[in-house]
Amino acid sequence: MEAASVAAPEGLGRTRGRGDRIGDTVLYVVTACAAVIGVAIVFAIVWRIAEGAWPAIKVFHTSFLWHNEWNPVVDKFGARDLIIGTVVTSFGAVLLAAPLSIAIGLFLSELAPPSVRGPIGTLIEMLAAVPSVVVGLWGIYVLAPFNAQHVQPFLSSFLGWLPIFANGEDKVESTVFSAMIVLTIMIIPITSSICRELFIGVPTELEEGAIGLGATRWEMVRTVVLPTVRGGVVAAVILGLGRALGEAIAVTQVIGNFIPLQRSIFEPGDTLASRTANQYQGAVSNIQVASLIYLALILLVITLITNLAAQMVVKRFEHQRSAAD
Amino acid sequence: MSAPISLKASGRGRRRLVVNRIAELAAFSAAIAAIAVLGILVWSVFSRGVHALNLDFFTKGPALFGQSGGGVAPALVGSLLLVGIATLMALPFGVLSALFVSEFAPRRIGDQIRLWLDVLNGFPSIVIGIFVFTLMVKSDLPLVGWGHHQSAFAGGFALAIIMLPLVARATMEVLDLVPNELREASYALGVSKWQTVIRVVVPTAFGGILTGTTLAIARAAGETAPLLFTCAIAGQLTDWNPTHSVNSIPLTIFQYSEAPDENLHQQAWALAFVLIAFVLVTSLTARILLERSRRKLGGPR
Repeated sequence: MEAASVAAPEGLGRTRGRGDRIGDTVLYVVTACAAVIGVAIVFAIVWRIAEGAWPAIKVFHTSFLWHNEWNPVVDKFGARDLIIGTVVTSFGAVLLAAPLSIAIGLFLSELAPPSVRGPIGTLIEMLAAVPSVVVGLWGIYVLAPFNAQHVQPFLSSFLGWLPIFANGEDKVESTVFSAMIVLTIMIIPITSSICRELFIGVPTELEEGAIGLGATRWEMVRTVVLPTVRGGVVAAVILGLGRALGEAIAVTQVIGNFIPLQRSIFEPGDTLASRTANQYQGAVSNIQVASLIYLALILLVITLITNLAAQMVVKRFEHQRSAAD
Repeated sequence: MSAPISLKASGRGRRRLVVNRIAELAAFSAAIAAIAVLGILVWSVFSRGVHALNLDFFTKGPALFGQSGGGVAPALVGSLLLVGIATLMALPFGVLSALFVSEFAPRRIGDQIRLWLDVLNGFPSIVIGIFVFTLMVKSDLPLVGWGHHQSAFAGGFALAIIMLPLVARATMEVLDLVPNELREASYALGVSKWQTVIRVVVPTAFGGILTGTTLAIARAAGETAPLLFTCAIAGQLTDWNPTHSVNSIPLTIFQYSEAPDENLHQQAWALAFVLIAFVLVTSLTARILLERSRRKLGGPR
């Protein structure tokens, strides 16, 4: 705040009452403490999760990452297929969501008549407000059967020669594919609203310049708007990826919670977050609990990296833009 | 241009127009598809849940196994308790840390706090649940292991961690909108900083803070993952005691959705309808109010 940094003239400070000096200090200290506690929680989470996972780390070391057994009976645990499942579902969802989000962002910022922009934007943001457990419930009983009946047979009739699109047996309802769609639905509102903000921020002179040179609207978007905000769009997509990686409930409801990994996405699977969520009643032995926390630790590290990466992209992007201005 | 002058687009020009049309149409259909998904989702929940909604549903506990009827009163009460605890914890910390960032902190420190709050917001909610689980449910530290079992306190604490960055960021946004002229006018009258903050800045931003908190409450009310390990295994009775593990709306939906009983599926849909109605109505109202207060604050400039 600029006003805060305007220094009082020399001498004025001394005329203030003691009450004011105490009040200023107290409010400063109290708010600072609150802020420090907020930040400390981040580090407390990392520390406690790492500590909780320690017994499992000691037993399994890093072989946890590339072994693939989840057997509570003999206390052997590994996360390979869960990691692969997480990456596959999240990247699949992002691949679907990114172009759609950019298109929605463009529609809301450049194409739609101004009077409908607000309402349509709000409706799409409402999609983000739907709790994940409701999306998951809908996923189980509406989306997954529909996918099994129509979408999956259709897709595999075209792409079935690729192993990942091979049709599962007996129209399986709980599939990796359904989880991808559910995640797509959940991240579109997030990425598209960031994209919209970015596109609105593109200087109007640039857009008018392109139009004035005879570009069509699409050419303006392609040559001016998108290149101007490329970094921001990348960050928006990474943030969406972070959300998809960590979603537990909706995924666990539709994905079928099955390892080992199947070759096709039209088969059941599992992810780190969904496996963790699914074990909430079953964690019995200490080593199993520690293994669960180990899963959470992997998830935490992945999402921490994606989030910080997105922040860095935004930083660099802002820097570039302010340098260009 | 070597092409002959003609007012009608032809050849390359026409192709450019067609490509433009296709692109516009694609953007339009993407937006329509997103809204259609929302519509289908809300309609499915409404049409499947509305039958099970009656007075018993809101006032009674669950029916005995296999019987029809029964209600979800324990879940409603439990959610109220959990969200109440979470708000009591997150609201003061969120608002105070936002005040620090916007009013006191040097820019660089403020940026750092913003960054880490954003990181906290990006943490998967299941990880936050596990964190509280290691801290309060299955703890080896005697000091913070208070409780040592699942409880509404533990669940509320997990929800508070979800809400904290939301409240803080929303508050920062409104605080940044408070016109500097107001602060300067207050200083010019000889009012000290802390009085300015408490008597001028906070009241001006109050509406925005309130709506920001409402949005955070709407989000917390629907969170399931943080409760899984902290407040999931509960009895069937309505329970107001925060040291007990209580039922909650999202968790009940989650458990009923995977139950083999058709009656429970119906209840899950009905409960989903209650939840979705609450969440959508509160976030929509909060958003409209927020927009209005933002315009009001941004207006004089």
